[in-house]
Amino acid sequence: QVRRKSNPGPYDTDEPWTSYEDITTYNNFYEFGTGKRDPARNAHRLRTRPWTIRVEGLCHRPATYELEDFIKPYTLEERVYRLRCVEGWSMVIPWLGFPLAEVLRRAEPMSSAKFVEFTTLYDPEQMPGQKAPILDGPYVEGLRLDEALHPLTILAVGLYGKMLPNQNGAPIRLVVPWKYGFKSIKSIVRIRFVEKQPITTWMKAAPHEYGFYSNVNPNVDHPRWSQKTERRIGEFRKRKTLLFNGYAEQVAHLYEGMDLRKYF
Amino acid sequence: MRRLSPWLNVLVWLGVAAPLLYLSWGLWTDRLGANPIQEITHQTGRWTLRFLLATLAITPLRRLTGWNGWIRWRRRLGLAAFFYASIHLLLYLWLDQFFDWGEIGRDILKRRFITVGLLAYGLMVPLAMTSTAGWIRRLGGRTWRRLHRLVYAIAVLGVLHYWWAVKFDWRPPLAYGLILLALFLLRLRRPRVGRIDATALPRRTAAPVGDPTD
Repeated sequence: QVRRKSNPGPYDTDEPWTSYEDITTYNNFYEFGTGKRDPARNAHRLRTRPWTIRVEGLCHRPATYELEDFIKPYTLEERVYRLRCVEGWSMVIPWLGFPLAEVLRRAEPMSSAKFVEFTTLYDPEQMPGQKAPILDGPYVEGLRLDEALHPLTILAVGLYGKMLPNQNGAPIRLVVPWKYGFKSIKSIVRIRFVEKQPITTWMKAAPHEYGFYSNVNPNVDHPRWSQKTERRIGEFRKRKTLLFNGYAEQVAHLYEGMDLRKYF
Repeated sequence: MRRLSPWLNVLVWLGVAAPLLYLSWGLWTDRLGANPIQEITHQTGRWTLRFLLATLAITPLRRLTGWNGWIRWRRRLGLAAFFYASIHLLLYLWLDQFFDWGEIGRDILKRRFITVGLLAYGLMVPLAMTSTAGWIRRLGGRTWRRLHRLVYAIAVLGVLHYWWAVKFDWRPPLAYGLILLALFLLRLRRPRVGRIDATALPRRTAAPVGDPTD
């Protein structure tokens, strides 16, 4: 029953995968409700075809793509990543995707581009949660350009070797494994190169609790709970949370000299 | 006042035990989702508040319906609130913190939702302990009623605990807060029902089972 990757690549974890059932029924996707099981119940309302993605902003080759054309140039690969939610639980998920860097390079960013901003579809008819007075407007996330170009950062279109279920962010989502889960924005319709640090949805909603970087860090508490430990879904005991979610070796250099308490 | 009829007695017991039975069944059949521990923690917290609000609804119900019989349910509802609060707290101490007292202490000092939650529980303990007829007699109806006015503070702290604990969706705690407010407002009206006549009580409870608002 327990599945692992038999030939892990340099970015894969060899830890056992969280069950497909748990990955697809325990989700934070407020566009479909705030309960963990709401997305699995309501996300069938999302139509993922046709789907267009715009790449725009400070780049030499802005373009609007149909999803199929957007994905076509890239080779899909399986990446088994840990996912650590800011709420204190975690999973191991075998994603299917390709490096975001390839998309960004193809757009030829200008030298003035310093950040990348991502936007989720906004359509309250398909995403009934957007009618609720909780988070306003479409969900927005952002990365520093060097974070976005990092080889660990991928755009995922599937998991467990299958197409991404709607509740997990179909048809295409971001996965940034060293940051808290909410940074990995779902159901993306726009990728924009910008000069200034984007104001993300959670920064706007609760600026004291959610910062731009949101790197997994056991030493910086969330104001309302400790981030020292986490419960891996399916496990009884809690585990110690690792700095940068265990990806410190690959990403720590991005934050050299930065005060991670200040830039939380 | 006669005691609850046997079938009503069973019904009330079942109502009080239903959430526990439901959660146990859900745990046994793996129906509580991917994170059952958190699910049970949240559910027992909500049931604590529901039983607390139900306890506070007894007096307005007596006034609105003119039927005093509701009072017979109140102790059981209050004890149910205490019971679910105990599970809720135990799950936090055990399965969330694994009895790491240093970490728990830091939590209490640092996080206001933990502080008020624990305070609310602390205030529930003497009420649960003195809920028996013997204690009502020992304290005397007047002192007992005064002591049990703490339930108002407990309910306010409980709602505050929920309000401060949620990540972002403030709607559920707001709903509990509004119900609590409504129950308070209903109390502002002059009572239509008089104090219970002590002689009408079953013999076991010799002292008047006071109502804090009387």
